[in-house]
Amino acid sequence: MLKTRIIPCLDVADGRVVKGVNFVDLRDAGDPVESARAYDAAGADELCFLDIHATHENRGTMYDLVTRTAEACFMPLTIGGGVRTVENVRDLLLAGADKVSFNSAAVADPDVLARAADKFGSQCIVCAIDARTVAPDKWEIFTHGGRRKTGIDAVAFARLAAERGAGEILLTSMDRDGTKAGFNLPLTRAVADALPIPVIASGGVGTLDHLVAGVTEGRASAVLAASIFHFGTHTIAEAKAHMAAAGIPMRME
Amino acid sequence: MRTVLVDYDSGNLHSARKAFERMARETDAGEILVSSRPEDVVRADRVVLPGDGAFPACRRGLKGFDGLEGALLEAIGPRALPFLGICVGMQMLASKGREYEEVAGFDVIPGTVKRIVPSDPALKVPHMGWNDLVVTEAHPVLDGVATGDHAYFVHSYQMSVDTPSDRLAHVEYGGDVTAIVARGNVVGTQFHPEKSQRTGLRLIANFLRWAP
Repeated sequence: MLKTRIIPCLDVADGRVVKGVNFVDLRDAGDPVESARAYDAAGADELCFLDIHATHENRGTMYDLVTRTAEACFMPLTIGGGVRTVENVRDLLLAGADKVSFNSAAVADPDVLARAADKFGSQCIVCAIDARTVAPDKWEIFTHGGRRKTGIDAVAFARLAAERGAGEILLTSMDRDGTKAGFNLPLTRAVADALPIPVIASGGVGTLDHLVAGVTEGRASAVLAASIFHFGTHTIAEAKAHMAAAGIPMRME
Repeated sequence: MRTVLVDYDSGNLHSARKAFERMARETDAGEILVSSRPEDVVRADRVVLPGDGAFPACRRGLKGFDGLEGALLEAIGPRALPFLGICVGMQMLASKGREYEEVAGFDVIPGTVKRIVPSDPALKVPHMGWNDLVVTEAHPVLDGVATGDHAYFVHSYQMSVDTPSDRLAHVEYGGDVTAIVARGNVVGTQFHPEKSQRTGLRLIANFLRWAP
């Protein structure tokens, strides 16, 4: 049976983890490679790096980081942040990424998803969607780190992204991100039910029950979280045990 | 001893190369070479054929390298080298693929590649993530790999074999999905051993030691 994935996400800037990862046995909490290795050993199902500055100048740092991480971890690695072109995808895949995530660039030009999927296959193209509630059961896309309103309906855009060739949607609720109040479940469910491809729920996890709800009520195929793992509030193993106890199929090895 | 990972512009070979290099060090299996040159395949002792994306695109990709497909068929057939296909690299071992259009495979393991149609319509395609293997046939490459071990899959098409004993393992995803096939000197995995942590590294080590 296919298992629900837990994906820790590391915000990276200039080759360092922002905010740091608080594991007891970590010598350098700011080193993304060491954090990745710790999550690999802890049984994370995938890993996500988000390049939060993503300026042209620091691209090289990111490629080097991806290469060093891919040498240390034998699990899928997704890279997002500042990905604009098919060429960016190629460079990140060559550096060692397994999947590459588009965000603002796909909203500006959804066909970039098709061009990238034609070239490299849908399996490695993720479309990240940042959505905010604008009315009850109505969500809109916000780009540029959630600052810019687009007026585009999130569910309709997710459907378009899947049609264009995205293999997966990374769905972040901007209302919930950083609040520890739990995923935006109606949004997650609306997108997951509308699409034939997997949806990763993101934004707002504060407790292990939130992870459970993302799957049982939100119908996500995977859950992404940052702070509850980075700050040592919970381990990956605790999260998996809690979700398994709630009846969700998890990989426990 | 030299293992050649065949590079024909189909996706990312970085993680595969790193995983094979690490296990080659641990099993003293010699050199890992990533190459698109037929002459390197001719000089290889073992061959790994990866493949991401669509079946027809991979077949066209191979044909884009003059002499490469011939060298691969030579390695599989007359030279009978240990040969591992990964994901679409495994699917191309079949007789034919039906992705967008019907395309002939190498016909090394009789069977057909078709779209996954889960019996439960709520199941998503691609089949993406960790699934637990059901091992039905013993094989040297599966030494230490057992039913219940997880492997990482990402694919929308699957291979069905004509001869049931050619399938060593499957997973459950709204029906059986083929996970590992083998016949003679050839073995194939639908999942990505290079991304499957312990189970995948174990299988790679077994392959590097395998003497069919």
